[in-house]
Amino acid sequence: MSNARPHVTVRILRQDAPEATPRWEEFRTPYRPALNVITVLRDIRQNPVTVDGVRTTPPVWESNCLEEVCGACSMVINGKARQSCSALVDHLPDPIVLQPMATFPVVRDLIVDRSRMFDALKRVMAWIPIDGTYSLGPGPRASEETQEVRYKLSTCMTCGVCLEVCPQVTRESLFVGAAALSQARLFNTHPTGAMKKSERLRALMGPGGLADCGNSQNCVAACPKGIPLTTSIADLNREGTILAIRDLLTG
Amino acid sequence: MIVVGGGLAGLAAAMRLAEGGASVLLFSTVPVKRSHSVCAQGGINAAVNLKGEGDSTQEHFDDTIYGGDFLANQPPVKDMCEAAPEIVYLLDRMGVPFNRTGEGLLDFRRFGGTKHHRTAFAGATTGQQLIYALDEQVRRYEVPGRVEKREAHEFLSVVKDGAGRCVGICALDLVTMEVTTHTADAVILATGGPGMIFGKSTNSVNCTGSAAAAAYQQGAVYGNGEFIQVHPTAIPGEDKLRLMSESARGEGGRVWTVKDGKPWYFLEEWYPAYGNLVPRDIATRAIFKVVFELGLGVDGQPAVYLDVSHIDPKILDKKLGGILEIYEKFVGEDPRKLPMRVFPGVHYSMGGLWVDFQHMTSVPGLLAAGECEYQYHGANRLGANALLSCIFAGMRSANTALAHAKGLDRSAAAADAAFTDEKRRQAAKNDEALARSGGEDLWQIHKELGEWMTAHVTVVRKNDGLRATDEKLIEFADRLRRAPLGDTGRWVNQVLPFARNLDNMLVLARVITLGALRRDESRGAHYKPDFPERDDPNWLKTTKARHTDAGPAFEYEAVDTSLIKPRARKYDVEKQSGTVAPAAAAAGAIG
Repeated sequence: MSNARPHVTVRILRQDAPEATPRWEEFRTPYRPALNVITVLRDIRQNPVTVDGVRTTPPVWESNCLEEVCGACSMVINGKARQSCSALVDHLPDPIVLQPMATFPVVRDLIVDRSRMFDALKRVMAWIPIDGTYSLGPGPRASEETQEVRYKLSTCMTCGVCLEVCPQVTRESLFVGAAALSQARLFNTHPTGAMKKSERLRALMGPGGLADCGNSQNCVAACPKGIPLTTSIADLNREGTILAIRDLLTG
Repeated sequence: MIVVGGGLAGLAAAMRLAEGGASVLLFSTVPVKRSHSVCAQGGINAAVNLKGEGDSTQEHFDDTIYGGDFLANQPPVKDMCEAAPEIVYLLDRMGVPFNRTGEGLLDFRRFGGTKHHRTAFAGATTGQQLIYALDEQVRRYEVPGRVEKREAHEFLSVVKDGAGRCVGICALDLVTMEVTTHTADAVILATGGPGMIFGKSTNSVNCTGSAAAAAYQQGAVYGNGEFIQVHPTAIPGEDKLRLMSESARGEGGRVWTVKDGKPWYFLEEWYPAYGNLVPRDIATRAIFKVVFELGLGVDGQPAVYLDVSHIDPKILDKKLGGILEIYEKFVGEDPRKLPMRVFPGVHYSMGGLWVDFQHMTSVPGLLAAGECEYQYHGANRLGANALLSCIFAGMRSANTALAHAKGLDRSAAAADAAFTDEKRRQAAKNDEALARSGGEDLWQIHKELGEWMTAHVTVVRKNDGLRATDEKLIEFADRLRRAPLGDTGRWVNQVLPFARNLDNMLVLARVITLGALRRDESRGAHYKPDFPERDDPNWLKTTKARHTDAGPAFEYEAVDTSLIKPRARKYDVEKQSGTVAPAAAAAGAIG
């Protein structure tokens, strides 16, 4: 699909600070083939004049790798939460509409605070409990099949898109969301990680845990890395039930 | 302890420091998980010889020294290669989803500059997978408070006591724009490379080299700055050059262009011994020759083909999925079916802060690890040695920092005045930047900087071009004073830190450019057609740049070649085995 156009029109939802009132600003920037949203934002930053001829401050956004592996540049683009580096202008309508993700508190403009996601990784103990960094030989053997499953889960870049699209995750709700749940599964599938499996599952039994998932399936559809998030959640539910029964029997 | 930078080197250092009982303050401009190490694709080298090819850490050491055209001091490189198997096993224990063999062992693939399958990999996003594993271990230490993160903080400068020792840092909070100071027994800089000096590169947005440049201006010596690696295969783009990993060739990918209406596999023809897996400097120069001298770029454009379309798509998805997705998403063509169009792009700095073998810079108490230091790669880095050197250097520097703290004489602890003064100095610099006015445009200056540096200080270097570039750099610095920021706010102002970065980038650009101007020879990535040969009698030397108000002052230091005797470096024929001196006392690998 090619959407060559005389220029690119961009509407951005601006917000100066967390408590400030948001406002829309519209810009027009020169079109070139193969532009992405990041480049358009850079054009605006260099010449931050709205279509009404008003000079404003350069908009701010997060970005780093620009090849969709760091997870920084998530925003809502024409209604869809995604990475702005891989959002190509030729595939987008005119005007392009940019908003910060709504699930997270806005810091400024398109920058939101995703620290709840990193906190959730602590809650689910998203790590392998190694004894130390000294020399202890190779890790456990693994089949190619297991590696493929774990690799896919491990490509999660904490970008926040799955939380943004989840009806159960709001600024007020405690739900940890699909990303952290899927990480719990990732570590439960590793022989050493599995040594903490019960602890991980129990950490997800309480408020904000597994039971808060409403099974809308939005997360799996929106994940830019195609991670089977709902499969992870189903797997944890199954494991959680087994653990609960075992707890009951062994009282 | 302070660690600045949350990529592989910084996280490895933080982890090792916390394990050693230190309390760690970890600074990063971005949430550490988003650091540039995520961009590394192909893998990490370790000679474990799991393919029955007779590989050894000695052979890895020799390949690395040979690949670096003998410019690296040899003892630390040897230590790194010896530690590599333990490092890969450690990562394996941490749960990195490395690709596996049918027997469930680690799989290894080939990379440039070696004949062995020596590169462990996790799909084609190995850097991402390694940084996640280290991020997870550091988060484990965060829970009990052994590591505290200061993300969204930019390093501005070190704080030195009256004796010139580093006793802390000065940082800029990128949200509140406050200048803050922090004390430490030792500071480890792990702040990555300077790709943004070249405008467009394979580097991430925050790879400006600014932190290293700031330390340099405070007296830390910069080593081998002129050695900049240009990776042969990247996808050209307006915002960045996206890397197409060497692993594509490691898995059988071929580079070609059209000559006389037929595919011409020029690397295979010119370098029969190594073919498509010649080191990066060699492949890059070959592509330049094809495109600019022979005029044989694809469709007359600066591009050649990187072709994996002959390989089974199932294998491609399993081993190279990550990079093929990048090509598909950003170019819109399926590399499983069509050859990719690629061109060289600035990728890595072999040069960086000068450090001793234990990673101390020339400023006591200030250490450096990872791409921001110069130690392991000589004149050209071999593929898949970067991840290794980052982790090795991070851990070794942490060991050194712990030892340094133990022996510290705290009676001469810095007076608070040192911190107050430095904070005032940095706040004044911010005020100066915020007050800039005039008709210049800092984004335009950055663009021109990138164009000049790319044109004159990358693949082909000529002395008149280097001289003209240096004059331009001085002009840019002058113009920058008249470039208003456009945002003078004190809340998430992104222009102010970039302006501060750009000041530093211009300083570092002169170190790179003038280092290249002085070095009248060709070695590794540094190529001058007017001086096409390596000149060991005059230039088998480490370049050391010291900052002065008049610009960099250069001195040179002999290279430690005590283990492998320098010999001619050729890739058209098989490598002669290195004459290896008897091993010195074996240093503990990662211990």
